[in-house]
Amino acid sequence: MTTAPDAPEHTGFRLSQLIYDTRYRSITIQIVVLFLVMGFVGWLVDNTIQNLNALGKDFNYGFLSQRAGYDIGNALIPYNNDMSHGRALLVGLLNTLWVSFLGCITATVIGVIVGVLRLSKNWLVGRLMTIYVEVFRNIPVLLWILVAIALLTEAAPSPNQYKVNPATGEAQTSMVLESVAFTNRYTAIPSIHFDRSLGSLDTALAPISLNFLAIVVVLLASWFAVKLVNKRAARVQEATGVRPTTLWTNLAIWVLPVAILVTALGINPEEPVLKGFNFVKGTNVSNAFVALWAGLSLYTAAFIAEIVRAGILAVSKGQTEAAFALGLRANRTMSLVILPQALRVIIPPLISQYLNLTKNSSLAIAVGYLDLRGTLGGITLNQTGRELEAITLMMLIYLVISLLISGGMNVFNNRVKLKER
Amino acid sequence: MSDTHAQTVAFVRDTMLPEKAAPSGQSGAIKWLRENLFSGWFNTLLTLVGLYVTYSFVVHFYPWFAHGVWDANSLKECRAIITDRYGEGATGACWAMIRERWHQFLFGFYPSELYWRPVLTFALLFVAIGPLMFQFVPKKVIWFTPLFPFVAVWLLWGGSIWAPLLVLAGFVLGWAVFSFVGKYGSIAGFSAGAVVAILYFLFAVGPLIDLFQAMMPIGIEHVDSAKFGGFLLAITLGVGGIVMSLPAGIILALGRQSDMLLIKSFSIIFIEFIRGVPLITLLFVASLLLNYFLPPGTNFDIILRVVILVTMFAAAYIAEVIRGGLAALPRGQYEAADALGLDYWKAQRLIILPQALKISIPGIVSTFIGMFKDTTLVVFVGLFDPLKGIPDFIRADFNWKGIYWEPFVFVGAIFFILNFAMSRYSMHLENRLQRDNH
Repeated sequence: MTTAPDAPEHTGFRLSQLIYDTRYRSITIQIVVLFLVMGFVGWLVDNTIQNLNALGKDFNYGFLSQRAGYDIGNALIPYNNDMSHGRALLVGLLNTLWVSFLGCITATVIGVIVGVLRLSKNWLVGRLMTIYVEVFRNIPVLLWILVAIALLTEAAPSPNQYKVNPATGEAQTSMVLESVAFTNRYTAIPSIHFDRSLGSLDTALAPISLNFLAIVVVLLASWFAVKLVNKRAARVQEATGVRPTTLWTNLAIWVLPVAILVTALGINPEEPVLKGFNFVKGTNVSNAFVALWAGLSLYTAAFIAEIVRAGILAVSKGQTEAAFALGLRANRTMSLVILPQALRVIIPPLISQYLNLTKNSSLAIAVGYLDLRGTLGGITLNQTGRELEAITLMMLIYLVISLLISGGMNVFNNRVKLKER
Repeated sequence: MSDTHAQTVAFVRDTMLPEKAAPSGQSGAIKWLRENLFSGWFNTLLTLVGLYVTYSFVVHFYPWFAHGVWDANSLKECRAIITDRYGEGATGACWAMIRERWHQFLFGFYPSELYWRPVLTFALLFVAIGPLMFQFVPKKVIWFTPLFPFVAVWLLWGGSIWAPLLVLAGFVLGWAVFSFVGKYGSIAGFSAGAVVAILYFLFAVGPLIDLFQAMMPIGIEHVDSAKFGGFLLAITLGVGGIVMSLPAGIILALGRQSDMLLIKSFSIIFIEFIRGVPLITLLFVASLLLNYFLPPGTNFDIILRVVILVTMFAAAYIAEVIRGGLAALPRGQYEAADALGLDYWKAQRLIILPQALKISIPGIVSTFIGMFKDTTLVVFVGLFDPLKGIPDFIRADFNWKGIYWEPFVFVGAIFFILNFAMSRYSMHLENRLQRDNH
């Protein structure tokens, strides 16, 4: 009687098994790679130590508590040149975050409009949007930032050209919408002014106006209230099949409390007024910021437009037709059928565009806007001569920002993505 | 029956009437206009806004283009000519600057008598990528492709011919050892080949170059990296980065998909780190920190340093694109490769990668376009990129002080043409490969 030969007798472990036995081979490879990588890293660290010794330098972040000694034009939190390099770093970081945040918002708004219009049946508008997208996508963002700053500094009028000539009663240039003045030094915009102040809360970081805090609290409360109303509406719909109209209640909840609060505080916009050679009142935003913001927004918007277009096209026409067949109106079709499906396609690439915009904000170097790279990786680095510390810390901070953004957006993505059973 | 019918009907038409033309509102240009531009109040509004925007663009920019001046020696002269020709207050482009300085936009400060070298390299680039890109190029030309990097480096930087030849010899040596030892096992072959090549590069190549150079000094004039600028620099960095980042990206993507925990984590750490920081910070690493990380006294070419960092940057992005392609392949392809008894590398080479790369082509090309655009950032580490470095240099000349728009238009147009061509080519390639499927 013949039987299949048994598995070969286990004859102990042979060294060649480390290479030829697939069970052990992966371990061998990993150990080899580990040694190679550790050796490489060790080599780099060793070189760095030797080089630092040769230069008589050490590796410490003590310079962050030393006096910075330079001014930052547009600081979001109180800052003067007597404060530390650490504080300057924080100011730069906030500037980076601020321009990225505003840039993401405007880029999304422009991008969505352009993406939708590119799909419109209107031949002319469709072509114009195609031209916009192709031109902006295929030319480096640096060029758009440089064009924006050149437009502002070279082509914009000087502040005193806004002066009204008493003889004719006319100015050489007039403000946009009577409230925004582009000049070759800064852009003057209205600021928000409160007649009555609730005082301010002093924190280590920056004084927080209690007025703004109150508004934020009221808005948050409205948001919760609206959520409750919607939940109730959904419950009623489940029970009776008829959804109570929530639009007006929601609108009232959103608008009324805030309106009452700001009226009580006496809100009024403070428009820029020309006095002498400069605009006083209002806020003068530096041209560097405006140029960077405009350049980044317009460039990223072209990419977002393509993402939005692809997302809408990804929802098949049958979905729209099915929704119409069910008797949904056009706007409900959009909000209940098309958008939820399109968003799933749109959000992941949108996240990476936001990340790109944030990283591209380091091009502030081209216009002299002092962001994280301008403070920590620029002036602080040059003053203290600590390249190694400054650049590694800067990369680490950018890395953390990127990971936070992608983490946050992934949470959002998980909420909208297809729930598969 | 037909008789009665014939009596009840007084008239039966026996010929067709000629077709009437559609009403004028339903045909031709009017119909097209109605459907495409004025189909509703909103559409009409959009059209009017679009027309207004187009009109204002034309009104603003056409005179500027039309009044362009080509024959002048300074911006002042340009403006005088424009005022002379078109009256006070007329605007116009001063293309004379481009006529005088075009070579700096294209070649930077490369010696003008040696322009043939970058031009020849650029032409050879098309010979090298021809067989990969276009079907009508004979397949045998592909032999030139692996040689091209060496030829290009030699032509661009010049110097002794022995340096590129002997470096090439190192690769050939490694490959020869690999194929010889490879008969006894692929891992052994690979390790032996790599070790021999690395030893050769570390210890043998330098003395050999000196030796050969002493025996037979053949070479062309050396051009320093500091002389590179303009589009020559951008294209050198772009192509160099592309050539090296694609294999690196493939390896990283495979590493990230690997079952081996350590390799997977190293790949993830590398990819996420590089993707998480702006390119500018990496360029600063190239210009400021690399000297710390290398043995004391090492000081090598700034363009090479930038190319290395740009390659790392692009490789991380390409790895993610290719990972998408790998993930998009049906599981059955992997299982089929296993069922055929192919080992890992054979399975990747013959089954997985050809399909995964095909899916990833659009992403790879857009990464390349992005990288090419990003080469302009090298201006911030002191190189002369065509977008800011060269125009700033030209503006430093008293004659061209204050000239802003012409360089933007000129450089922007070249970038647009190159990138637009690349993206159209990727679309074409997508279509071609899709057809091959059926």
